[in-house]
Amino acid sequence: MNGLRTYFLETGQLSLFAFRYFKEVFKMPFETKELLRQCFLIGNKSLFLVIVTGFIMGLVLTLQTRPTMMDFGAEAYMPSMVGIAIIREIGPVITALICAGKIGSSIGAELGSMKVTEQIDAMEVSGTNPFKYLVVTRISAATLMLPVLVIFADAIALLGSFLVENVKGHVSFQLYFGVLFEHLEFSDLNPSVIKSFFFGFVIGLVGCYKGYNSKKGTSGVGLAANSAVVMASMLVFIVDFIAVLISDIFYNL
Amino acid sequence: MNAADNDQKILIEIQNVHKTFGTNAVLNGFNLKLYENENLVIVGKSGSGKSVLLKCIIRLLTPDSGNVLVLGKNIPELKQNELDKIRTQVGFLFQGSALYDSMTVRENLEFPLRRHPEKLIGHDVDTLVKESLQSVGLEHTIDLLPEELSGGMKRRVALARTLILRPKIILYDEPTSGLDPITAKEIIQLILDIQKKYDTASLIITHDMDTARVISNRMIILIEGRDYATGTYEKLSKSEDPKIKAFFK
Repeated sequence: MNGLRTYFLETGQLSLFAFRYFKEVFKMPFETKELLRQCFLIGNKSLFLVIVTGFIMGLVLTLQTRPTMMDFGAEAYMPSMVGIAIIREIGPVITALICAGKIGSSIGAELGSMKVTEQIDAMEVSGTNPFKYLVVTRISAATLMLPVLVIFADAIALLGSFLVENVKGHVSFQLYFGVLFEHLEFSDLNPSVIKSFFFGFVIGLVGCYKGYNSKKGTSGVGLAANSAVVMASMLVFIVDFIAVLISDIFYNL
Repeated sequence: MNAADNDQKILIEIQNVHKTFGTNAVLNGFNLKLYENENLVIVGKSGSGKSVLLKCIIRLLTPDSGNVLVLGKNIPELKQNELDKIRTQVGFLFQGSALYDSMTVRENLEFPLRRHPEKLIGHDVDTLVKESLQSVGLEHTIDLLPEELSGGMKRRVALARTLILRPKIILYDEPTSGLDPITAKEIIQLILDIQKKYDTASLIITHDMDTARVISNRMIILIEGRDYATGTYEKLSKSEDPKIKAFFK
């Protein structure tokens, strides 16, 4: 019973936190410099990890799928099958999970330690709105940067997939991507990019919520980072499920 | 100086403030008046509610009941934009300095200034930053990060950041705690110099009686959440009340 109460309390507080974000995001003055700095930190610092993961994802998916497709004599469909799987689902979700770990934990820990060392209080007593400077910029940056990272991850994963096809099946670059783009439609790309914005939003939101409300003490910082990753990862799957349901209504998947 | 005897302007007036956490009544009908140009020291044991009191003055915490009048405005009743205006006139020196650790000293000082352009009239940011750092004798640290500073230097930079908005009142939360005796003396002297230079009133909370002796014009002893005794250091140190005497042993 207590667990259920905590669950609803947390959901309510997170919703209020999100509501406050929407209330503050359009209010002047805008912290543009800090927003750009956060975009750089979130985008640039996650790029290498996303590229490596995307490349391995493409390689592995193609290597694992190829024998089965060959059994059915359907290796000609490899580019379209792997491409659609990566772009529709695997690319966005894996990238979001990696970012939940990297971005969610770093935001949670940073804001948590600022809270513990009274830096957030110091901003507040100087007549500055710390929510606007710290929270609005980070959530907005995560929302804007995640689709960019997803597009990078998709492109690199497709390149990895092509390399396997090229080595194992002697498929040329033109042929691989020709087949891929023949089967790929905007209905595959649009929902995937749109849901990436929501993935970025929940990762930024949860990281900021956990850090901003972390309890006093150094153990609170670790707890904020850890719970930010767990909660953001779970929310990524929930958002993905909702996104697939909505995409099905609009694009008849 | 005994400010209470003079006809001086009251900058902060706290009337019958109560603050409870769960079942623990931290402030239990506390009262104080801070006068212009005064150094008022509040002493109390650790955990007696001194920091809670300071946080109620600047509304980092809201009292359960009572009035907190700062520059004539009742803080718990103010709207956010009114509160922000008052906050630019009240500096706060945190016990742990609370410097923004991702920013250099220059950026730390620029941060409040850039968000309050009305404070810039007739000055540029760079001049004000350098002037504030000069006041605390740390111009050479301008491009350093807080992690490169010692504890005493951090406290000085935090004071410079507080000064940059030219506050009328400065609230000090244990300004000498965690510092060695020599650095603590330097910080005390700095507080006195700054008060003279900028005509500020100071509300200082401490449990260190040496600090209280040197710095205070008037003292309040905080016991059981109330302003148990008020007076000058000399007067209180001669008290026969065992609860007061315990502070001077």
